[in-house]
Amino acid sequence: MKKDQTLGESLREQGVSRRSFLKFCAATASMMALPPSMIPVIAATLEKARRPSVIWLSFQECTGCTESITRSSSATIEDLIFNAISLDYHHTLQAASGDAAEAAREAAMEENHGKYVLVVDGSIPTGNPGYSTIAGISNIDMLKETAAGAAAIVAVGSCAAFGGIPKANPNPTGAVSVSDLITDKPIINVPGCPPIPAVITGVLVQFLTFGLPELDDLGRPAAFYGKSIHDRCYRRPFYDRGQFAETFDDEGAKKGWCLFKLGCKGPTTYNACATTKWNDGTSFPIEAGHPCLGCSEPDFWDAGSFYKALSTPTESLGKAATYAVGAGLLAGAAIGAVNRGRKQAAAKRHQKVTIDDLEKES
Amino acid sequence: MERIENISIETESPSIPAGAGATCTPCSVPTGNLLPLLHEIRHALNSWLDDGSIHVIDLGSIPMAPHEETQLLETLGQGEIQATLSALGNSEVIETGIAGVWLVTHHNEEGVLVGRFIEICHIPEILKSQTEDARFALQALDNLLATAEIEK
Repeated sequence: MKKDQTLGESLREQGVSRRSFLKFCAATASMMALPPSMIPVIAATLEKARRPSVIWLSFQECTGCTESITRSSSATIEDLIFNAISLDYHHTLQAASGDAAEAAREAAMEENHGKYVLVVDGSIPTGNPGYSTIAGISNIDMLKETAAGAAAIVAVGSCAAFGGIPKANPNPTGAVSVSDLITDKPIINVPGCPPIPAVITGVLVQFLTFGLPELDDLGRPAAFYGKSIHDRCYRRPFYDRGQFAETFDDEGAKKGWCLFKLGCKGPTTYNACATTKWNDGTSFPIEAGHPCLGCSEPDFWDAGSFYKALSTPTESLGKAATYAVGAGLLAGAAIGAVNRGRKQAAAKRHQKVTIDDLEKES
Repeated sequence: MERIENISIETESPSIPAGAGATCTPCSVPTGNLLPLLHEIRHALNSWLDDGSIHVIDLGSIPMAPHEETQLLETLGQGEIQATLSALGNSEVIETGIAGVWLVTHHNEEGVLVGRFIEICHIPEILKSQTEDARFALQALDNLLATAEIEK
């Protein structure tokens, strides 16, 4: 593919007809909750957009975000759009390594200075730089150097957007998000652990079509993160009627009632899972019977238990605090022992282990 | 042990979207969106007849219970045209029983529903031959005529 090609030319070269392109634009407008009158605008603008140079940096991450976008089970137009960009550096995907890879990054930065899109996944350690380096360059140096010439930065995944799991207590590496370090560039946060692939592509399409998208107070594109999981959840009518699953195997759970009491973070989590779904639109965690963990919200890992209802005080923390005041750490150990005993006794009586048993064990 | 797919689970899920793959029974909780939608279609049809303005409604943006969607399709009925497109997955374009009101349904290559629209117009844009495709086709035909041995 030629560097100066438009996206339309690049797609046509790959055998994508204009009808297919129109279909993609219609599906994208629907996904971004844009009025159908915008479909011709998306088509006209996207078709003429020059293929942007993209530099993708991966720092403290698990590669789940890259897996998310590259592991689609079939070739879709989203893949084609992803292929149509000029991905000039991605150390997981590129064939080159070491000096040759770094040379590719430097060449792309120089050639497209001020115009390239920088995609970052993973958080950045601010402690000992040795926690994470690429080609001997610390993450923090590489980020600052590459961000300097970028037109915009897309922080993909909760680690890049908010610090994610590396930042979870006790945050041994001093992990921070991209926006904690870079303050003079537009940053689009696309959180999720990982983010939905179509959302990653959708943000790119939105950027190419309309420029910087409208962002919420956490820097997330409103088109995808404007509604809570709860607002769009198909189980919402059960919440409104007060019908809740109380355990994972009661009648309510079997009938597909609301998972709020099992700790669902849907009401405080903003993401498109309930509508766009996962695995080619097959399902999402709540549809599979598990509460939403709230992975697209800041510090979701430290936001209390995954299995405590939002309005319920975290019982284990309260109890632990009371005992700690009275008898110090010994009490904590005693609680753990008692709870392990209770769990073993329950197992002997062939009783089912409840979430409370699991919560109290620690 | 009984296999999980053989365990019968009755859910009361009110609106699992098409293609979700879960077993559910239609729920009778109406959203109340059907009648306003039919009025929107009626107004759009009237405008199109008046001044030719095309109107497109994204059905994905309007929450509807499964029985309401069925009711919508039954109310609009089936017209004279049904077309199937093969463009990165199948799409169905049908003119409903209300002339000028089309139902366009897009699926991806795995058959997953990716968009559903009501269009009020002479013919949906996606059915028309596209100028850009025709330009490439002309080039391809020229190449064919230049190289192919066709009996005169």
